[in-house]
Amino acid sequence: MSKKSAPGPLEYLRRWQMQAWLGAVFLFLYAPLIALMAFSFNDSKRNIVWKGFTLKYYDKLFNDSALLEAFGNSLTIAAVSTVISLALGAAAALVLWRFRFPGKTALDGALALPIVVPEICMGVAMLVFFARVMPWPQGLPWPLNLGAIIIAHVSFSFPFVAVVVRARMASFNREMEEAARDLGAGEFRTIKDVILPHMAPSLVAGALLAFTLSLDDFVITFFTAGPDTVTFPVKVYSMVRFSVTPEVNAASTVLIVLTVLLTAAALKLQGDPAATAGHGAGDAK
Amino acid sequence: MLTMEQSWKQAKAVFAASLGPPLVWLALFFLAPMAIVWAYSFGHNAGLTEIAISGTFSNYARAIEPLYLKIFLKSAWVAGLTTGLCLVLGFPVALAITFASDKAKTWLLLLIMLPFWTNLLIRTYALIAVLRTEGYVNQGLEWLWKGGGGLAALVGLQPLGDFQPLELLHNNFAVILGLVYVHLPFMVLPLYSALDRLDKSLLEASLDLGAGHMRTLFKVVVPLALPGIASGILITFIPALGAYLTPDLLGGPDSQMIANVIERQFKRANDWPFGAAMSFVLMYLTFIAIAIQAVLAKKTPEAKA
Amino acid sequence: MTKPIITFENVTKRFGKMVAVDNVSLTINEGEFFSLLGPSGCGKTTLLRMLAGFETPTEGRILIDGQDISNVPPNKRPVNMVFQSYAVFPHMTVADNVAYGLVVDKVAKAERDRRVEEALDLVQLGGLGHRKPDQLSGGQRQRVALARALVKRPRVLLLDEPLSALDAKLREQMRTELCTLQEKVGITFIMVTHDQDEALALASRCAVMSRGVLQQVASPNDLYEFPNSRFVADFIGSVNLFEGVLAVDEPSHAVIRSPDLPVDIFLDHGVTGPRGGTVWAAIRPEKIELHKKEGDVPPNLGDCPHGTNAIAGVIKHEAYLGGSSTYEVEIKGGRRIKVQRSNLTRWDQEDFKLGETVWLCWHACSPAVLLS
Repeated sequence: MSKKSAPGPLEYLRRWQMQAWLGAVFLFLYAPLIALMAFSFNDSKRNIVWKGFTLKYYDKLFNDSALLEAFGNSLTIAAVSTVISLALGAAAALVLWRFRFPGKTALDGALALPIVVPEICMGVAMLVFFARVMPWPQGLPWPLNLGAIIIAHVSFSFPFVAVVVRARMASFNREMEEAARDLGAGEFRTIKDVILPHMAPSLVAGALLAFTLSLDDFVITFFTAGPDTVTFPVKVYSMVRFSVTPEVNAASTVLIVLTVLLTAAALKLQGDPAATAGHGAGDAK
Repeated sequence: MLTMEQSWKQAKAVFAASLGPPLVWLALFFLAPMAIVWAYSFGHNAGLTEIAISGTFSNYARAIEPLYLKIFLKSAWVAGLTTGLCLVLGFPVALAITFASDKAKTWLLLLIMLPFWTNLLIRTYALIAVLRTEGYVNQGLEWLWKGGGGLAALVGLQPLGDFQPLELLHNNFAVILGLVYVHLPFMVLPLYSALDRLDKSLLEASLDLGAGHMRTLFKVVVPLALPGIASGILITFIPALGAYLTPDLLGGPDSQMIANVIERQFKRANDWPFGAAMSFVLMYLTFIAIAIQAVLAKKTPEAKA
Repeated sequence: MTKPIITFENVTKRFGKMVAVDNVSLTINEGEFFSLLGPSGCGKTTLLRMLAGFETPTEGRILIDGQDISNVPPNKRPVNMVFQSYAVFPHMTVADNVAYGLVVDKVAKAERDRRVEEALDLVQLGGLGHRKPDQLSGGQRQRVALARALVKRPRVLLLDEPLSALDAKLREQMRTELCTLQEKVGITFIMVTHDQDEALALASRCAVMSRGVLQQVASPNDLYEFPNSRFVADFIGSVNLFEGVLAVDEPSHAVIRSPDLPVDIFLDHGVTGPRGGTVWAAIRPEKIELHKKEGDVPPNLGDCPHGTNAIAGVIKHEAYLGGSSTYEVEIKGGRRIKVQRSNLTRWDQEDFKLGETVWLCWHACSPAVLLS
């Protein structure tokens, strides 16, 4: 296929109108982000005209102890909530995939709620809960003082993990499990030897998903955080509200790069993004 | 090769171990808080920090007063407009990706999803830099204006007056632009998913019978991809309806949406019962939207490849 | 010397209202290659799974070596299964797969390695222990499943549709191999299949099931030549069934009169059946001879009275199968009779043509009489 033939009737992508539209959309989506990242290196406080390349705002960023503390908090919260979300999500996926029990439909629905409910509603619920019902003890040492936020994050991310794991379990051949039992393995051993290995890719994908969701969250954290438990997005928010300085650009760039790297890793592990994005778990057995 | 589910009685230990933790967590840290908020929506403030749950409907009544009703309707309108724009912008994109070569597909999907994975806060902030009076758009326009003025002077015409920067920020325009910017990837994925599942030979048949592309699009593609379109509309509309950050950072004083009002009740106005009621009205709207989509999804005939 | 090893006693299995296995009582002897045969949905797989322990009987008991194992979990039974999809663990090497059951039993490493090697050699996969399942063909994966089950030295090996996923050539090869394997290992094999050729070729005894009910348990030869019901006669191979009345029933001979057949069917033995009652005569296609029709006198095979067991007809359909040819011959009254003829010489196919009028005749010992 060396010669360029005229586009076929359904080869929409090869028509210049489509290409133009696609180009325009991508420009729209990326230009602001690229500009933002570019200007984090701009040697000018006012962020308008390019004055010269500098890393001084990154320097400022890495010396801003408040910001670093917030970042540290965010990472800790993300890490802890990811671990808990993985355990809960995998367990939920296992029970829904494997068993028939009264109230199963109800559980299915209940698990979908955190995914579907608007973030602000959940944020409000968390605020009320930790203010009135189960106040998180004040003055706990780090990282325990982040407990409320961690709990909130787990609550909205473990259902996502459950969805990812469940999709993967749909392609599991039950006979494998029966074979293990036939060969002498007990129930828990079977799970460890046969089911968990099959789940593994989805656990990694789920972990990365939970981590990213936690790291990026603003609304729910905004309602659960206190003055001494500030996370990165919340800190950046207060910075953005008051000024548009290149330091914020630098902070944003760092976060963008981090998120992109994590997500790229997740995708690599889950297989072809075209397959998973379009059709759900189309993994080989 | 059986993939039947077991009855829970056949492996009680495993069942208990895998059901217990998620169920307890869900009940304690999600359902319980939600239930409390729901209870509060029927209460009123009694004293500075106490809330008495009196079973009153006054909060809900207040939520549909003209002042707040206006905000609900406005939010719905903004969310609807956003969804519509995303649909118009995103549909050709989804179409193009569906018919791209496999290699191109992977990259295109990745490129569409990448902005989605970056932090919402950052994306919104990036737009501020673009839209403000000293932002890139206005700078660009100013540059053009000055250039135009220079040309006019050359030709001997009256010079143009001072450049008046466009007010692009802190108004409804910015909010809608921001919401479209944030939610566009949300729309493309389900659209692509539905289109990709279509039997391509149906389109070819339509073209073979003499229909043009537009007619094929509206008479064949859209009806069959309707569940995916409905899905995309839902995934875009609901978050847009409950958006907080975008109207907060990009909106002006009259660009308040539901989420902003709710936040105010809890943070500044200290009227938790009212905030709770508003919160639940938003939830009911969400569920209604989901129900509508579910009903529509059941009605469409399948046309899978 | 047959010693029973497995006994099903009045076993019934219900799934809600659906009866999958209906009051089945069956004894399988040690060292047999036994087959459960029947169309899909007949309950054979459910019966096998109850034996393996993946389903529990709703009623009745299952005994292994005289012990009631109905409540013993699958991982504690002296029974191992080769699954229909083979269920080879994809994340373990071949050797690890085969060793799995031994690891669970906490067998010492040295002995484990020895037994694994032995098992792999047994199924002709020696030297492939380090490979991963995705590097193996379907047939090879099946052998891994076999080795994995046999290395545990079970009393009984269960096979769920072992040959269904293989292509024709491989299937034939595996058939012989399974036979040899069973003889070598010497344990009882119980196989489930819907393919009667497979069952007849491999098993020493078969149980034919239909809709959860046991129809007949017999050797392949007995099932084929002495079926006990129309279902079995029709399920196994091809058959011509004639519904009729038992007109004559003497100790030395019997006559069946059928409305479908202008002539009587003469049998050279008595039938202890309902005098004057409804019976069926089952005649296999290969037992019917084709003769050229020249004149009006049918050929006489010598063992039946004139005017019975012979009829004229027109060949309406023929199919050439290489080693044999099958014909459909239409007789007076419209009924079509299936005939099979071996092509003994290279020109036999040309003997009979479509549209030709022929004589059909059979021996008096050929029909089987069915009472149900």
